[in-house]
Amino acid sequence: MRELTYGQGIKEGMRIKMLENPDVCIFGEDVGLFGGCFGVTAGLFEEFGEKRVRDTPISEGAIIGAAVGSAAVGLRPIPELMFVDFATVGMDQLVNQAAKMRYMFGGKLNLPMVVRLPSGGGVAAAAQHSQSLEAWFTHVPGLKVVYPSNAQDAIGLMLTAIDDDNPVIYLENKTLYAMPGEVEDEVKPIPFGKANIKKEGSDVTIISYGKQVYDALKAAELLAKDGIDAEVIDLRSLYPLDKEAIVESVKKTHKVVLVSEEAKRGAYTGDVAAMIAEECFYECDAPIKRVGALNCPIPFSSVLESYVLPSAEDVVQAVKSLF
Amino acid sequence: MKLSNENIIEMYTKMIRIRKFENRAMNLFAEGQIGGFVHLYIGEEAVATGVCSSLRPDDYITSTHRGHGHIIAKGGDLKYMMAELFGKETGYCKGKGGSMHIADATKGILGANGIVGAGHNIACGAGLAFQYKGTDQVCACFFGDASTNQSTFHEGLNLASTWKLPVVFVCENNGYGISVSQARHQNITDISQRAVAYNIPGITVDGNDVFAVYEAVNEAVARARKGQGPTLIECKTYRWRGHFEGDPTVYRPVEELEQWKKKDPIPRVEKYILENNVMTQAELDQLNTDIDVLVEEAVDFALDSKMPDVASAVEDVYTDIVEEGRTR
Repeated sequence: MRELTYGQGIKEGMRIKMLENPDVCIFGEDVGLFGGCFGVTAGLFEEFGEKRVRDTPISEGAIIGAAVGSAAVGLRPIPELMFVDFATVGMDQLVNQAAKMRYMFGGKLNLPMVVRLPSGGGVAAAAQHSQSLEAWFTHVPGLKVVYPSNAQDAIGLMLTAIDDDNPVIYLENKTLYAMPGEVEDEVKPIPFGKANIKKEGSDVTIISYGKQVYDALKAAELLAKDGIDAEVIDLRSLYPLDKEAIVESVKKTHKVVLVSEEAKRGAYTGDVAAMIAEECFYECDAPIKRVGALNCPIPFSSVLESYVLPSAEDVVQAVKSLF
Repeated sequence: MKLSNENIIEMYTKMIRIRKFENRAMNLFAEGQIGGFVHLYIGEEAVATGVCSSLRPDDYITSTHRGHGHIIAKGGDLKYMMAELFGKETGYCKGKGGSMHIADATKGILGANGIVGAGHNIACGAGLAFQYKGTDQVCACFFGDASTNQSTFHEGLNLASTWKLPVVFVCENNGYGISVSQARHQNITDISQRAVAYNIPGITVDGNDVFAVYEAVNEAVARARKGQGPTLIECKTYRWRGHFEGDPTVYRPVEELEQWKKKDPIPRVEKYILENNVMTQAELDQLNTDIDVLVEEAVDFALDSKMPDVASAVEDVYTDIVEEGRTR
């Protein structure tokens, strides 16, 4: 075992595949010489050169569009948009092109591309640099969406994402970049659609991903003091979704709380909650609860931002309301 | 530029293939045999033909909503195209794409596209891949006048010029963005002027003169293959039909169409062929008859083909996941 930060994990996943396959390349805003806005690609420019780690103009449509076109003719690009919020500018290329080309063309085209999108709040970056927009992507047939919560998963999911022949949205939480974690010496690819049970428990299932896995685990610790034994699931892959792991857990605990950093209205967690209601409503002996951000843009001032974003305490409260 | 007789006959063949395919599609739409949105290329044949005749089979194109002509000129099979217009399982896209999404990656056709301006950046991506792999392939990017007001046009030209990507940007200026005339949608007359902003060559040609288009594109392709970057070529042309079949075209005067019909690109080539003894009148007539047969065979193929199995609707979303179907 060794220790890597989450950001280093993302980089290691990319680096392994770049060493393995000359068609894997990175391009995006400040990913080269500068090493990435959050330092994730630091060193790759020096190691692989400008051809494979390329700085682009600030042109999100061109970045995603170039990924689509180059993937269509044989590269395996990893485009990065500096913030998920900027996906709006490249959204046509993601939603109308990347996600649909294979289908529209009758299954005769593969688009192997991994779009890295730093997400989430908590860094006083305000409304246009702090969003959690996963529901936009999971809503679109043709995209796969993953969201690692730790260095080990960051590597394993990246390895799988780069080998996948479909467009993969790889969401990263920017408050986790510096977080260290234990990593196996040789990390294996983590198949998509396999959730990770972070903590087993019998009284309630807390489902989360990304940064909120830590809120969920902290909440579980606090709840244990009150005699509530919570199970914590890290989804890792939002689509495909590990329905089986969720349903199994609900059958055991009969109570569910879903946690994400999204504005709660129209959130991805709502879709998972609906799935639970459809698949195993009668297994639930309490309402399905969701914890998310408040339904307002993410504000700047630290007191406002921490009020708007969900916390472990909110998870504890939601769980307790079920008992 | 000296063209061989073989080249000229090939160009002429492409043009009448497009014209006859489109005329047939027009009638089939009027008869209610095909539905959806059909954007016909009649009148613009010289552009697709001049461009694609400058390309090799391993070169690529990105197309538009008005894509039939591009696809035929790049070697698309009329049978699979027609079957797609009918929504049949034998169509290019197995009935999932229709007129606006016909593609054939094996022929370098990265697809017609329903989003105005979507091709600019995709073409850059293809060009990037060629540059990356060190091949001398190029990608020609077709787009209309109205799409040059989209951010993608500027993003694409900026990227391609900065990275010297092997892309040829071909603007088909047919004078209208749907119903809005060029004078009402932009403050310039010659779109090629926009090349100045990207420090690349920009040239305007008569888009109804297949030889002029060919010559301009040929030079641009040669530049691109040599690593000298992109070129913007504006081809001034006119669509004879409305934006889509069913469009009453109230926004343009009838006289304008009549004027452009006098500049029909096809008789111009026929005249050249006869005057320069490339073919005899009898040979021309025979070629026309052969293509009539080819188009009818395509229609028969489409009519004889099956509709897709409904279960296929949830296939091909991903390479490895079949989505849940309906139980009924």
